[in-house]
Amino acid sequence: MNDRTAPARPAPKRVGRVLTYRKASIVALAFPPAGVPALVHSVRAARLARTGDVEIARMEGEKARDWSWYAVGVGAAVYVVAFLIWLLTTNDGAVRKVFFNPDVLTSGSAWHSLLKGFWINVKVFLIAECVVLVWALVIAIMRLLPGDACRPVRFLATVYVDVFRGVPSILVIYIVGLGFAQADVPVVGNLADESYAIIALSLTYGAYVSEVYRAGIESVHWSQTAAARSLGLSYTQTLRHVVVPQAIRRSIPPLLNDFIGLQKDTALIGVLGMLEVLNRSRFINNSQGTLAAYSMAALLFLAVTIPFTRLLDHLVRRQQAKTQGGR
Amino acid sequence: MAFLEIDYVYKRFGHTDVLAGLKLNVELHQVVSLIGASGSGKSTLLRCINGLETIDDGVIRLDGDRVSGRGVDLDALRREVGIVFQSFNLFPHMSVLANITLAPRKVLGLSRGEAEERAVTLLTRVGLADKATEYPDRLSGGQQQRVAIVRALAMEPRLLLLDEITSALDPELVAEVLNIVRDLAAEGMTMVLATHEMGFAKEVSSKVCFLHDGVIHEEGPPSQIFDRPREDRTRAFVQRIIDAGRL
Repeated sequence: MNDRTAPARPAPKRVGRVLTYRKASIVALAFPPAGVPALVHSVRAARLARTGDVEIARMEGEKARDWSWYAVGVGAAVYVVAFLIWLLTTNDGAVRKVFFNPDVLTSGSAWHSLLKGFWINVKVFLIAECVVLVWALVIAIMRLLPGDACRPVRFLATVYVDVFRGVPSILVIYIVGLGFAQADVPVVGNLADESYAIIALSLTYGAYVSEVYRAGIESVHWSQTAAARSLGLSYTQTLRHVVVPQAIRRSIPPLLNDFIGLQKDTALIGVLGMLEVLNRSRFINNSQGTLAAYSMAALLFLAVTIPFTRLLDHLVRRQQAKTQGGR
Repeated sequence: MAFLEIDYVYKRFGHTDVLAGLKLNVELHQVVSLIGASGSGKSTLLRCINGLETIDDGVIRLDGDRVSGRGVDLDALRREVGIVFQSFNLFPHMSVLANITLAPRKVLGLSRGEAEERAVTLLTRVGLADKATEYPDRLSGGQQQRVAIVRALAMEPRLLLLDEITSALDPELVAEVLNIVRDLAAEGMTMVLATHEMGFAKEVSSKVCFLHDGVIHEEGPPSQIFDRPREDRTRAFVQRIIDAGRL
């Protein structure tokens, strides 16, 4: 059978049209370095589609899409940076002079004074964070105690959380810092301002963090408790060894969030009159006629909060790598 | 008097009697298999025996002593009665060794050294001595379940409850777990197991109980239940198993 001819292969039925990303590439022209290539590829894609070179046309279309995305991503960043540069130089550099006055920024005595003040903020948030870690766990466990007998305890803990989450922290600082002393409350009526600041912030953030813990504890599956209890561990032992360790691990990211909030809120304790970083920067600004000291105070806070975030991210990832297999 | 006596036990969830006056005796060194459709109360029965669920009526006795109802020291009961779950329930934040030694140390008061020695001996028996420092998530299902069995055995229980321990495993991993149970049976461990592995139940059990509507509908030696069931419902159930190619 030598006259057998291969049946003519029909042209493949195309799934969808060739995507040319024409509109996207026109919008991309707002950032020409990426927009021009996008449009070129788009035009080529359309032409090749008409001549029937669908496979190449598809590739050109995809390039047009990629360049359009570059226009969005790179273009946005470039324009933001350009805007900031304009802001610093406009009005004969007024913004730069107010916020980044070089005389103040490079003044050793200004930095010295601010650091001395910031040390108070650091002490307050470090101690408050330690207090909060424990205190919030106590509240969270109180709210989760089972049974009818513990209803009043649960109620008290709930009221505490509702009140201190609802009242602005600056008010709590005023109430604790000024009120306790003025009313000469026994035991806590005669403390240093720093101690009042620590108590006030611990009360506020204890309420926040107890909710973080509570969510963490509730997220531990009941089968973990069943397994622990079935081995003869008591309720307390089960919490201590099985539930709370898992809950705390899961609570770390939101906990970290609240701790950064706490660190920043130490800027409020200046209302009690102590010479912490915000009050000191205000004095410097008043004497120098700039706002540069505020920028410096902001830098000091960033110098603490950014490494803190990165460190905890690192710790969380390391823990996950240890306990989780190839997922 | 049997070692474990379950006398007319009722357990209600809402308006359903999951256990409706169930009666069962287990003698020392017996292996009793509970079979029956999903929802027939097998797991609930096991969870009632070690007090993870409270029963609504009836009484459960272990070695003659009442272990259900008010005032019972459940922690003490659970020292005597171990359970292995379908989903392993290992503690993911602890190494294998820590999973096994936690209860012996905290509940039995063993020193770390004694507990670890016990754990390593048991791990060696199930072929997992080299996994002692691993974390559960890095083990296969079969390995995890073997660790869970070791964790229960480390408390040296007098009664072991196995709640569908192979149901969550890939088929090729079932044998490694069942072999351990087979060994335990040969050593005389008293066991009650809820299972869908009919072949295994037939081979290893001293007694098989078919649960239906919250009671034991028929019980007897494996040869009776699987080959010559007396009750129609048992026969129908076994026939469905055979039709599915599972026996």
